[in-house]
Amino acid sequence: MVKKEIEELLIEIIQDILPDEDCSNLDLNLRLREQLGLDSMDFLDIVMELRKKYGIEVPETDYPHLATINSSVDYLAPLLKNKTK
Amino acid sequence: MISEKKPRIVITGIGLTAPVGNNLTEYRQALLSEKSGISNIEHRYVGSVHAGICNFDTFKYQNRKELRSGTRAGSISIYCANEALIDSALVWDRTDKSKCGIFLGITEHGNVETENEILNLQQFNGETRFWNHYHNPRTVANSPAGETSIKLGITGPHYTIGAACAAGNSGIIQGVQQLLLHEVDVAFAGGISECASSFGIFASFKSQNALACHSDPTKASRPFDINRNGIVVSEGGCVYILERLEDAKKRDAKIYAEIIGYSLNSDAYSFVLPFPERQKECMQLAIKKAGIHPNEVDLISTHATGTKFGDINEIEAIKNVFTDSCPFVNNTKGFIGHTMGAAGALELAGNIPSFADNMIHPCMNIDNIDPKCRLDNLVIPPPYKTENINIIMNNSFGMLGINSAVIIKRYICNN
Repeated sequence: MVKKEIEELLIEIIQDILPDEDCSNLDLNLRLREQLGLDSMDFLDIVMELRKKYGIEVPETDYPHLATINSSVDYLAPLLKNKTK
Repeated sequence: MISEKKPRIVITGIGLTAPVGNNLTEYRQALLSEKSGISNIEHRYVGSVHAGICNFDTFKYQNRKELRSGTRAGSISIYCANEALIDSALVWDRTDKSKCGIFLGITEHGNVETENEILNLQQFNGETRFWNHYHNPRTVANSPAGETSIKLGITGPHYTIGAACAAGNSGIIQGVQQLLLHEVDVAFAGGISECASSFGIFASFKSQNALACHSDPTKASRPFDINRNGIVVSEGGCVYILERLEDAKKRDAKIYAEIIGYSLNSDAYSFVLPFPERQKECMQLAIKKAGIHPNEVDLISTHATGTKFGDINEIEAIKNVFTDSCPFVNNTKGFIGHTMGAAGALELAGNIPSFADNMIHPCMNIDNIDPKCRLDNLVIPPPYKTENINIIMNNSFGMLGINSAVIIKRYICNN
């Protein structure tokens, strides 16, 4: 999976978790919590969806890597290298 | 009165959803026009079953994220509480939320969510790391009341009252007691149920030979009929706004009725079998607390589940309480099925308009009355117009032998 695809899948996951918000124009470098009503349970939803859909385990110590879309993409790219969207 | 020295408690708002209506007007109209809310639904494992499903607008008071995070029980509670609040005309911005409380009766809570999680887990070979992190907040017993407190910003007490199928009355009673103790000034009290979303409740009633089955689902729930064969499981909710009379009068609130008596007792007898002696004592205690004579009760809204033992034992208990003359008697489950934790609260609500229109809604689906359930004043279609309804007694009984009765009185503004 290339970085653009990872970006798209992340935004799709977040949009499903926050169906009332518009996730089409997110600032990729701004912390997600600063631009969305994303609480700690929602954040765990992102982690769970990555686990369910792509078999990825994100350890709690790595949660800071998921702060922005771009930091998430950088973190997930090696983990998703051999997976398809 | 509960006691002349104690505050009088009145109903000033009603919010409900039932399989036949999503507000009191719709609901009452359905009960007066013999409209059934029962249809067939498909459930995993148990297949096609009769059930009563509510069709209220879930988006009226919640957004998609709230619905995604919460439970059906929470959604029913939030809908009913908001409808009751609007109906009460309380000025919410000027209401002290710390003196408001939420007291909701439930038959059970968490079965639906647990069943869904186990189904989810089956997709992942039972690996518990896929178990949803929302499971605990969704299944703690206070969950439906808690969702409502969050939504309405209520900072007074919120909890549920687990009382099987006596829960709807129990929620009302809890609200009354909290008002009498001055713990709250406004009580959101009643009962709710999401049971119809649980396959387990259907399967268990079926294993108990207590699940109704009929070729026509609208005929399946038939309390007091000789051919009844069990319970129709339904969902629903009914939340009342209860206040002390003096507070209600100060704000010139519309008053539906006064709650003049109540009681709760236990059979101490069986997991599932009813016990008419204790049911009789429960009704007698409520009448005593109300300070009235049995002859003053005009209408009994029966629990009447549509099981042979349940129906016959309740009628026996009624006959032993009302020895001089029997009030009018009806039941609501023929229309909406058994709404479990909501039943007591919903069934009372269906009869409250009798104070205004002097009509008594009939029982539904009694084609051939069970001789053991025959009563002179059992109301069968059409609805019965009478001269005056002043006092209504509402029965609700539940598994493990919990009995409840609530007595309400027409409120006349100069008394």
